Amino acid sequence: MSHGSAGSRRIYYGVFAALITLTVVTVMVSYIDLGLLNVAVALLIASAKASLVALFFMHLKGESGLVWGFALVPIFFLALIIFGTLLDTQLR
Amino acid sequence: MSEPAAEHHDPVVAFESAKLGLWTFLATEVLLFGALFTAYIVFRLKYPDLFHAEHGKLNRVLGAVNTVVLITSSLTVALGIDAVKKGKARLLPRYFGATILLAGVFLCVKYVEYTEKFHHGLFPSTNIFFSLYYMMTGIHGIHVLIGMGVLSYVVVLARRGRLSETYYTPAEMSGLYWHFVDLVWIYLFPLLYLIG
Repeated sequence: MSHGSAGSRRIYYGVFAALITLTVVTVMVSYIDLGLLNVAVALLIASAKASLVALFFMHLKGESGLVWGFALVPIFFLALIIFGTLLDTQLR
Repeated sequence: MSEPAAEHHDPVVAFESAKLGLWTFLATEVLLFGALFTAYIVFRLKYPDLFHAEHGKLNRVLGAVNTVVLITSSLTVALGIDAVKKGKARLLPRYFGATILLAGVFLCVKYVEYTEKFHHGLFPSTNIFFSLYYMMTGIHGIHVLIGMGVLSYVVVLARRGRLSETYYTPAEMSGLYWHFVDLVWIYLFPLLYLIG
């Protein structure tokens, strides 16, 4: 078991500040009409936030390759499901 | 796997096994929500105008407030687990209590939103956008409710002195689950409220 270092609290507060900032940014951008770019920006910011949560709050950063594998394999399958479904619905 | 009892004599192995078990559970959760996200993408591509018109009927400010509420609740969980790791298990009920309270706030805001939508005649049967909205936020809301239960159980464990810097597996596992619930909302919020 890894023990929390003295600086871990500061990291958590830093991640929290970043998450709040990104939330404010994504809401502000949503009021500007950028067409399709709105979707790209919103998903990019959401993924940045999700990465921060997974890496620091869920401690993926210090995890072994095995845990990383357990975390990433379902993402791969989700991508496969979305890709396969769209192949059918979009090209039918 | 035939002799779990023997395996669990080593606390490090037990902790690592629990973690892998929880990540496996989260994998099934990714696919549960993934099916709904796939449906969202398919119908958004099929009816872009409908999605654009309907998403404007959601309250963006309340959605943003709830995002901040959930992010804060994740922070307090992380701080609570950090306190236990540093030998201050008695502080955990305060941090996790804050998380449970924030989860309650989240559900209250959701209740206000649902009531307002019902009042304007927007039901799950109204159209495909609102079908997906109620289904996705509803299943997420059930996860919040379950999370409140799990976190309460860990608070009870801490109060009984069952957690310490050498054994905090239940706290860490409940935390992983709670952060995942936060993570799902991080995607639901822009997809439903911002770019629909």
